[in-house]
Amino acid sequence: MPTAENPLVRVQGLKMHFPIYAGLLRRRAGEVKAVDGVSFDIMQGETLGLVGESGCGKSTVGRTLLRLYDPTAGSVVIDGEDIATLSPEALRKKRPTMQMVFQDPQASLNPRMTLATIIAEPLDEHTDWNAEKKLARVHELMDQVGLNRAFASRYPHEFSGGQRQRIGIARALALNPKFIVCDEPIAALDVSIQAQVVNLLEDLQDRLGLTYLFISHDLSMVRHIADRVAVMYLGQIAELSPRDALYSRPLHPYAQALLSAVPEPDPARESSRKRIILQGDVPSPANPPQGCNFCTRCPRVFDRCRIDEPQLAEVEPGRFVACHLYSDNQTGGQTAGTEANEPTNKENVQ
Amino acid sequence: MPDGALPVLDVRGLKTVFRTRSGEIHAVNSVSFMLRPGELLGVVGESGSGKSVTMMSLIGLLPSPPAEVRAGQVMLGGQDLLRISPRELQDVRGAKVGFVFQDPMTSLNPVFTVGSQIMEPLIRHMGLTKAQARDRAAELLALVGIPDAKARLKAYPHQFSGGMRQRVMIAIALACDPDVLIADEPTTALDVTIQAQILELVKDLRQKLGMAIIWITHDLGVIAGIADRVMVMYGGQVVEQGPVAQLFSDPRHPYTRALLKTIPSLTGERSGRLQVIEGQPPIMTAAPTACPFRARCAHAFDLCHVENPARRPLDARPVGEGHDVACHWSPEGA
Repeated sequence: MPTAENPLVRVQGLKMHFPIYAGLLRRRAGEVKAVDGVSFDIMQGETLGLVGESGCGKSTVGRTLLRLYDPTAGSVVIDGEDIATLSPEALRKKRPTMQMVFQDPQASLNPRMTLATIIAEPLDEHTDWNAEKKLARVHELMDQVGLNRAFASRYPHEFSGGQRQRIGIARALALNPKFIVCDEPIAALDVSIQAQVVNLLEDLQDRLGLTYLFISHDLSMVRHIADRVAVMYLGQIAELSPRDALYSRPLHPYAQALLSAVPEPDPARESSRKRIILQGDVPSPANPPQGCNFCTRCPRVFDRCRIDEPQLAEVEPGRFVACHLYSDNQTGGQTAGTEANEPTNKENVQ
Repeated sequence: MPDGALPVLDVRGLKTVFRTRSGEIHAVNSVSFMLRPGELLGVVGESGSGKSVTMMSLIGLLPSPPAEVRAGQVMLGGQDLLRISPRELQDVRGAKVGFVFQDPMTSLNPVFTVGSQIMEPLIRHMGLTKAQARDRAAELLALVGIPDAKARLKAYPHQFSGGMRQRVMIAIALACDPDVLIADEPTTALDVTIQAQILELVKDLRQKLGMAIIWITHDLGVIAGIADRVMVMYGGQVVEQGPVAQLFSDPRHPYTRALLKTIPSLTGERSGRLQVIEGQPPIMTAAPTACPFRARCAHAFDLCHVENPARRPLDARPVGEGHDVACHWSPEGA
């Protein structure tokens, strides 16, 4: 079992700001704060779900974690090394331990390459194996993800969405990674195909001891696959809790609203459920509100929220929330925490 | 929903075929359904199941060629929409049938103001003057919950967020007080919290205006919350149809049953492993001679491979009015 002292991935104060250039001289006019101070750990063998609405920065977190972007600030320690500051050569050597499965299997596979060359590409790049050994590994990977070996010389367009996603997964597994970022791996697939891919990801995790960051906007699927879940809003983590705790009793008002908004395939429960309907839209990450970034839409906002920015703090064992409703117990210890949670229970209607 | 009232829309034996260079695709195969006044009919299916093509065929929105409506009858207000002239069909679209598309970004014209796009059907179909149309457009925007409606008429689509744009689309579709509103995956492109807002709006509008709605989606959760009746499509045909509570509590088609089981739940017991439907949805290159679901069905037997099952009623009411299923297998016998 993973130990709290020794996480595989430790992210601290991660910031990723994209500059905005405007005007005739293309002057720097501001920045989009896509990720603005995010910290979390992922244990060995664990799946951390990262949920949020579009534009909240969840995909940027995933990409910055693998240094597909150079972070503006913060550190990302994966397996003992800080990815954020590694030299290009050292980073290249590090790449085999961390891989990514992308959302759109159509766009992430080169249409001019055969399945075998796609899956073998990481091997070409990072090993000095001969062709025979590489092909053997490709076949082994195809078996692992449930693709027929006879398809090795076919092109991506000959496959369905679900099969293409299997190709993407096989490619990610080629170098025996420890950590895989799954960026909305099932969002582009039909419902009946989603379950196939999720089961595959779980089987591979059991067999190979993989660690996942599972990015998704599908809250019911995240409940199925994740051990712990981080809820992001406007570039920051609103709540980070163990799965069952979050789904049975979300603490952050945004997590509560998000969970109450998910429709469930049960007409009886749907008609009796009371929703928290958030008013308005997500503010622009180029110009986030002062204080708490959720204060413009929060149903439980009070004065302090518009001035002070709440910090992510442990309000119950293992549960981290960035909200002033719970901030008293940062000084008052655990007992105060349970008291502060009382009013939340009433509003958390399911 | 008044049971037994005369349907506003009655579709029978609709067949739509796409002619492509590599042969014909039978996208819609003998689809029949009806819509009662004030009712919300949910249409569920995976991509390629023919749910959108069915609805686009009704009001002649498919480009022809390659699409060709081969057979069927679509009765709306005493007219057969498949037999009337293109000119008459134009009067039906917008005035009697409103359409809301999936992607609010691409279905609004970026170079015209939101106001002029809402006013267009009012002037075209209702014969209002510009000034009247402007007042009515402001009313409509207010109706769909856009604050400061009068001033927002002058805004362009890019100045609106996704959820707001979808509200504008709904305002346009409702402009001429249609009998039927067809919504094709209207919330799929939206985030869950925005989706919740739009679903609330639709529930509210139904109470105020009372039009009949066809709601196409792949999300069974959305359907469970808003529909009165559900129609499940697979391989271009209706495989099961019934009142929402009955269909969810007692699904009869193996596809519906499997579909409901593959979705992980947000509450309750967490299953160790997700149930899967093996295989892929079919591509209908010929008119079906056997059950389209047979290759993925856990209960398929000999008959399924030689005969396409007809819809049969599961209660005393005739097919299309109560709960019916197109399947040779029955759960009782198993």
